[in-house]
Amino acid sequence: MAAIEVNNISRAYGQVQALDAVSLSVEYGELFGLIGPDGAGKSTLFRILTTLLLADKGQATVAGHDVEKAYRQIRKQVGYMPGRFSLYQDLTVEENLKFFATIFNTTVEENYNLIKDIYEQIEPFKKRPAGKLSGGMKQKLALSCALIHKPKVLFLDEPTTGVDAVSRQEFWDMLKSLKAKGIAILVSTPYMDEAGMCDRIALIQNGRILQTDTPGKIVDSYPSPLYAIRSGNNYELLKILRDMDYTRSALPFGEYLHLATHANVSIDEIISSLDPADYPDLEVRPIEPDIEDLFLELSREV
Amino acid sequence: MKFNPADMQAYSIEVDHLTKKFGQFTAVDQISFKVAKGEIFGFLGANGAGKTTAMRMLTGLSKPTSGSGMVAGFDVIHDYEKIKTRIGYMSQKFSLYEDLTVKQNIRFFGGIYGLSKQEIRQKTDAILHDLRLSEVASKLVASLPLGWKQRLAFAISMVHDPDIVFLDEPTGGVDPMVRREFWEAIYEAAGHGRTIFVTTHYLDEAEYCDRVSIMVAGKIEALDTPANLKKQFGSQTMNDVFLKLVR
Repeated sequence: MAAIEVNNISRAYGQVQALDAVSLSVEYGELFGLIGPDGAGKSTLFRILTTLLLADKGQATVAGHDVEKAYRQIRKQVGYMPGRFSLYQDLTVEENLKFFATIFNTTVEENYNLIKDIYEQIEPFKKRPAGKLSGGMKQKLALSCALIHKPKVLFLDEPTTGVDAVSRQEFWDMLKSLKAKGIAILVSTPYMDEAGMCDRIALIQNGRILQTDTPGKIVDSYPSPLYAIRSGNNYELLKILRDMDYTRSALPFGEYLHLATHANVSIDEIISSLDPADYPDLEVRPIEPDIEDLFLELSREV
Repeated sequence: MKFNPADMQAYSIEVDHLTKKFGQFTAVDQISFKVAKGEIFGFLGANGAGKTTAMRMLTGLSKPTSGSGMVAGFDVIHDYEKIKTRIGYMSQKFSLYEDLTVKQNIRFFGGIYGLSKQEIRQKTDAILHDLRLSEVASKLVASLPLGWKQRLAFAISMVHDPDIVFLDEPTGGVDPMVRREFWEAIYEAAGHGRTIFVTTHYLDEAEYCDRVSIMVAGKIEALDTPANLKKQFGSQTMNDVFLKLVR
């Protein structure tokens, strides 16, 4: 049986449909990413799966237990890192860890091997109040506390939000070693570029799952040729490209624009359609789409 | 009009050896750089690198310990508090009052910046028209979709026609399509000669900037266009540039 099974879960807050018939499954030893912007419904799904909120419709099991009927068993077997930092700010690093171990009827020593690699990085600050840690250190402490009772399933709601790029990279490396120990990990992020770190991902928007697959297969499903284009004046170029017959979509993508075309246009036709006098330093090259291209494509279809 | 590094004549920000010390600790250590009028400038750094302290000096919230410079036409040492009147600020976390209507927010911020009643009326009409928000002018900001809120917050940060707008992680967590609409609004503002100063943790956001600086331990360790930085560090992405520099 899968570690997490979600079947047609729906949940509304008043008029707002936060989750609309969401289904997914996560295996033990799998790192599964829930990728979508703020307001997509990611946190609502986490609360339902960690038994903090009831769904309106649908069923879900975590570690083999029904989220509605067997919440006591589930709470013992899952680790949860909510989106907002939720440790005790006025307890020290060490005290927080000990507190969570005690709550779960265990000791820090008993499961220390699971958190050793992570906790060692913050151990020099173990006497410091948790509220005084940097973003990256808070994140490591929160992960240690979520792991101290040796959960089978780990829920991480936007663990990398507000954390710098170095700490984020380290965090993803830690998750890889945890999944190798057989833990099922469901992690959410609004950052599309983190999708590639996961075994499988589900793209979520407005409470609906747009697509679920490996990052590679998701990207392969992109429907049209794609080009990266730039010139000294991208904003003007963008507006011109949107009026061209060959354009399916033209969007800013950092220092380039991404141009999706209808299949029958060649790169030479694109170049010759733009006046070299206006764009003397024009650069056009075919590219492979990334997850963000695909997300934009899918959300266009909705 | 578009920013062109070749003809940098007018600078909105020009600082030389700007330093801030807290007791023995040097949070910002002699940073020097110039930002041209109409440039989109990315200001990056790891947690604790001194970015926030530097930002506070550039926005007139904190007096530098030493160094010199001008921001939006004011001296950073002698006139630093006046800087606030000529800059706009927007952050993803706080910008608008959710329990005020669209119109009330515009009026509130216009009032704070000392606009006359007539100017506020003109600005309100212009913003509502440009963003096509006339129909929701009397709705609470809380009821608007995130993308609309963002565009409105950006427009309101420019209600007093500032020379520079500081954007603090402007598009973190936002829907990819909304994010692109927002960057298009930024391009447009920059095209009108407004300087845009962006701080962010997200390196893909940095790729939208004309030039990017990266702070490490109080110093600016890299400053160039994203393309040149990637070339210099032999990297495909700004994320990789950042990791190579900071690790």
